[in-house]
Amino acid sequence: MEWWEYILKYGKVFLVGGAVCLIGQLLINKTKMTSARILVTFLLFGVVLEAVGVFGYIKEWGGAGITIPITGFGSSLAKGAIDGSKISLFHAVTFGLASVSAGLTAAIVFGFLVALIFKSKPKKL
Amino acid sequence: MMEGDEYCKYVSRTAPKTGELKTLLSAFCVGGFICMIGQGFTDLYAYLLPETEESMIGALTSMTMIFIGAAFTGFGIYDKIGSVAGAGSIIPITGFANSIASPAMEFRKEGIIFGLMAKMFVIAGPVIVTGVVSSVIVGAIYRIIAVV
Repeated sequence: MEWWEYILKYGKVFLVGGAVCLIGQLLINKTKMTSARILVTFLLFGVVLEAVGVFGYIKEWGGAGITIPITGFGSSLAKGAIDGSKISLFHAVTFGLASVSAGLTAAIVFGFLVALIFKSKPKKL
Repeated sequence: MMEGDEYCKYVSRTAPKTGELKTLLSAFCVGGFICMIGQGFTDLYAYLLPETEESMIGALTSMTMIFIGAAFTGFGIYDKIGSVAGAGSIIPITGFANSIASPAMEFRKEGIIFGLMAKMFVIAGPVIVTGVVSSVIVGAIYRIIAVV
């Protein structure tokens, strides 16, 4: 790849990722949604986009811009389930969680270790 | 005395406006920037491990970003980013890591099991339950379509 192709590619990632977060911030500003609600909403958004087959097209254009936000987590869940559904009902209902096992393991283990190592500082209000 | 509705209106009228445009712009920039870092790791892993399949590169990237999010939470940096970036720091996978590490740290003083381990899922719990249930629904629907 030429250097300008990299700039174009990373520009697209920035645009898509920024746009997803901008929509989230709009929701926070308008509805005062909490971060848990925001995460759940965008996760479902990713699941639906993958289930209807649109996610792949966005990913092709925006790369990590759509996979790094929690929408990517939802997409992996749905994609695992869809891949599993080609084998059997058992695989259809279990492959979703299996496909995000790496991320979940990392989040739980690193979260656990961080809480063991670091002390929470009193929050300034 | 003011009634509930009236009080809400009073608060929304007198509370300082955070400057909506500013919050949107910082969410856009920080969110986009975090995604660019993620793309950087994806490209780096694809370069270092050329024979690896795409899904594993994606998983490695997620794990790296989650590690960074958790570590930044530990050092107290992520909260500072979050106070400026809002959704720009919540929605990326680093924000998911933060949502686990932050309550785990905070509630550690209530004990390892009922503090740290239980409270680490205060925000992540709903996210995981939603994700698993919706993936089961998607899988079941796709299976029904495949069979019929």
